[in-house]
Amino acid sequence: MELLMSIVIGIIFSVTIYLFMSKNLLRVVAATLLLSHGVHLLLLTMSGLQRGAAPILSFDADAYTDPLPQALVLTAIVISFGVTAILLVMSYRTYKVHKTDDLEELRGSADE
Amino acid sequence: MTLLHWAVLLPFIAAILIPFLYKYLKRIHTGWFVLILPLVLFVYFLSFIPKTSSGEVILNNLNWVPSLGINFNVYLDGLSLLFALLITGIGSLVVLYSIYYLSKHKEKLNNFYVYLLMFMGAMLGVVLSDNLIVIYVFWELTSIASSLLISYWYTREKSVYGAQKSMYITVFGGLSMLGGFSLLYVIAGTFSIRELIANADLVMASSLFIPAMILVLLGAFTKSAQFPFHIWLPDAMEAPTPVSAYLHSATMVKAGIYLVARLTGVFGGAPEWFWIITIAGLVTLTWGSISAVRQKDLKGILAFSTVSQLGLIMSLLGAGSAAFYFQDGDNALYMTAILAAVFHLINHATFKGSLFMAAGIIDHETGTRDIRKLGGLMTVLPVTATISLIGLASMAGLPPFNGFLSKELFFTGMLNVTEYGIFNLETFGFIIPVIAWIASVFTFLYCILMFSKTFMGKFDISKLKVKHVHEAPIGMLISPVILAALVVVFGLFPNLLAYSLIEPAMAAIIPGILSPGEFFDVHISHWHGFSPELWMTFGVVALGILLFMTFKKWENTAFYRGEQDLFNYAYDSGYEGLIKGSQWITRLQMTGRLRDYFIYMNTFIILIMAYTMYRYSLPAIQSLDLSPIPIYFWLVILVFIGSIVVIPFINNRVALIIATGVSGFIVALLFVLFRAPDLALTQLLIESVSVILFMLVFYHLPKLKKVKTPPKMKAVKLIISIGFGLMITLGSLSVFSMGQEVNFDSISEYYTENSKEEAGGYNIVNVILVDFRGLDTMLEILVVSMAVLTVVSLIRLRFKGSEDI
Repeated sequence: MELLMSIVIGIIFSVTIYLFMSKNLLRVVAATLLLSHGVHLLLLTMSGLQRGAAPILSFDADAYTDPLPQALVLTAIVISFGVTAILLVMSYRTYKVHKTDDLEELRGSADE
Repeated sequence: MTLLHWAVLLPFIAAILIPFLYKYLKRIHTGWFVLILPLVLFVYFLSFIPKTSSGEVILNNLNWVPSLGINFNVYLDGLSLLFALLITGIGSLVVLYSIYYLSKHKEKLNNFYVYLLMFMGAMLGVVLSDNLIVIYVFWELTSIASSLLISYWYTREKSVYGAQKSMYITVFGGLSMLGGFSLLYVIAGTFSIRELIANADLVMASSLFIPAMILVLLGAFTKSAQFPFHIWLPDAMEAPTPVSAYLHSATMVKAGIYLVARLTGVFGGAPEWFWIITIAGLVTLTWGSISAVRQKDLKGILAFSTVSQLGLIMSLLGAGSAAFYFQDGDNALYMTAILAAVFHLINHATFKGSLFMAAGIIDHETGTRDIRKLGGLMTVLPVTATISLIGLASMAGLPPFNGFLSKELFFTGMLNVTEYGIFNLETFGFIIPVIAWIASVFTFLYCILMFSKTFMGKFDISKLKVKHVHEAPIGMLISPVILAALVVVFGLFPNLLAYSLIEPAMAAIIPGILSPGEFFDVHISHWHGFSPELWMTFGVVALGILLFMTFKKWENTAFYRGEQDLFNYAYDSGYEGLIKGSQWITRLQMTGRLRDYFIYMNTFIILIMAYTMYRYSLPAIQSLDLSPIPIYFWLVILVFIGSIVVIPFINNRVALIIATGVSGFIVALLFVLFRAPDLALTQLLIESVSVILFMLVFYHLPKLKKVKTPPKMKAVKLIISIGFGLMITLGSLSVFSMGQEVNFDSISEYYTENSKEEAGGYNIVNVILVDFRGLDTMLEILVVSMAVLTVVSLIRLRFKGSEDI
């Protein structure tokens, strides 16, 4: 399963990087969302998958899945949501001000 | 800490006090306070003469960074003492002169004296340290102080230009020198000069000998303005004249000479050392003296003449370094060269110092230094004229002044080179005295030109900006008069210096040649009979006067009319090219396109990861203990991959959001399958909110355009993204397999075991977040609140329309 997941994560990263190189703001924001999925799955996969019960103490389980990556990922999910939210609103404002969401047209600064 | 250490540090401490003295005691010229320090130090160093002249050396250790072999060990022998006396002696005279030169009402005296004291301390540090790294630190401090002093009048464009130029060139040299010192450490395992000299055989035998030598010499040559690095010195003349007299003729530019003299014991005896230094010295001597003839600015003439005289001393040190080749042999041959070098060093400081001060007086009183406007000042400035006459006659090599003696010794030293019988000198050796002679002719020529243009001829006040020209105040004349008097005294009684200063310095330059208790035979006299040297001097005078008589004939040639040094063009265009080149590179990479940045970054990330994996054979993943894959899992994964791969092809906003949403919800499902219930819950919640947010925003964004990418760009994008994905896959697998192979105890065990006992919770993930790592979670909440506030304010903020985000 880890091999399969590693390949899937590779695919996610490929698509993400491809989207990052596009000209459209919405696509870039979608890419950040995908990127965080990729990273979360990567953290879990690297420590091994489906090895023992869910990390909730009980009498009938003798092994638990590693809780530490889960704790890390939980934090990461929340933070990445914050990032996505800000990016989204930023792109909304950028479009309001500049009337374009094309990164090609947005480049450069006012004094150039 | 001994008194000698304090002698080095005192100028720095005094420099800290100067601004306060300047601020609170405005009525007294700050220079008077400063003057005390070099005077006291000069007297203190004089007290060492009996010790060093009996061959004694003083070494006081002070550990600084002993683990790296860096110690502030002060070392005083004949050579160090000679330089220390020059620094403090000339320093006192220059400070005295500056009190009258710089007005206490108009000038920022606090800056000036802080820099000057900083320089004095740094220079003492250079000549008194035994440790190469300490020397390097002080060396760079002198460069910085020198630049600050050149740009003292920092509103003038030329001052800033000169300061930058000197900084670039000398700091470049300093850095190469540091490289050379490090190589010496690699070879001999010590930064101590004494120990290096003791291990000279080891250094000589090393394959790093030549690189170390060249790097060190770059430092010495840039500092001592040797060809072709001499170009900074003429531009340094933008500094106030006291600075020119002090740093750029008597002391700092001699730091390179000091270094070469000091390290002769390490490198001397190698033919490369002999040839490089002798040739560089002779070329500098000739180039400097010919260029000096072309100058029309008094300080310009003096600057090039300094370049030329430094070359003279350098070539003598080169010739003298052959001493180590002979070991004991006939020491009279090379001894003359070393003797001439040391003696000329002292003489140059005296006559050039007085000449600079005289030029400063002329500038101060007439408002110009241009020899085309000056003339006939003999009667107007009689004292200055006398001082200049003595200085120039000495520089030209006329008896009975000290310059004559050292010039004769210089000729002897150069003639002796032809008799060495080593390094192929019997074939080409005759060129050396010939070049020396030609350079001396030009030296004579510019001396006579400078005097006649300034003091002879007709005095024409209409060419000057000032209304009246009168002799300088007495205070300003004291220093140059003392120096000019020394020129005469050393000329008439050279043997005053012979065993007190010159001989100990010689013994320090070529250590280990004499057995203890022996002394070099130093006897300087005016009359040697009708020797070749005397005939050479006659020739110099005759040809020099001939060239001066025919001045009218070559006055209008291109040679005399231009005064720019050829190498300035190289420096200026190189400097501009550097700026243009960096701008070009910056523009090339800073395109402002997200895509380009991603291409650069990811290319490097892929290359680095690929190289690392190849280097450590990571893809050879051995024992993969994989979990089994249930059938339903394939289905989930297929939908997941489908929802992701389709995203780049979508050209519809809603479809794009739905596809990302689907992938997010499948991630939640995967979390369930991976036995992570908390993650699944969170992901579900967050994904729902994200989709809602997307939906809210997309309504305000324009429709997605179908983008046409050129096929070439598309290929680049594809290669980079697939390469990146591949690296992530391989990285993930290698981390996983390494984790299994190494089989460390996981720190997770601690949480599993203690979550009940310590925190009283059954859900381990929850316990980690709210208990074990509670502070982290609290700060995370803070981050999220900040994000929320940002979002709210970005939406609520009303724009006027022209703001740039």
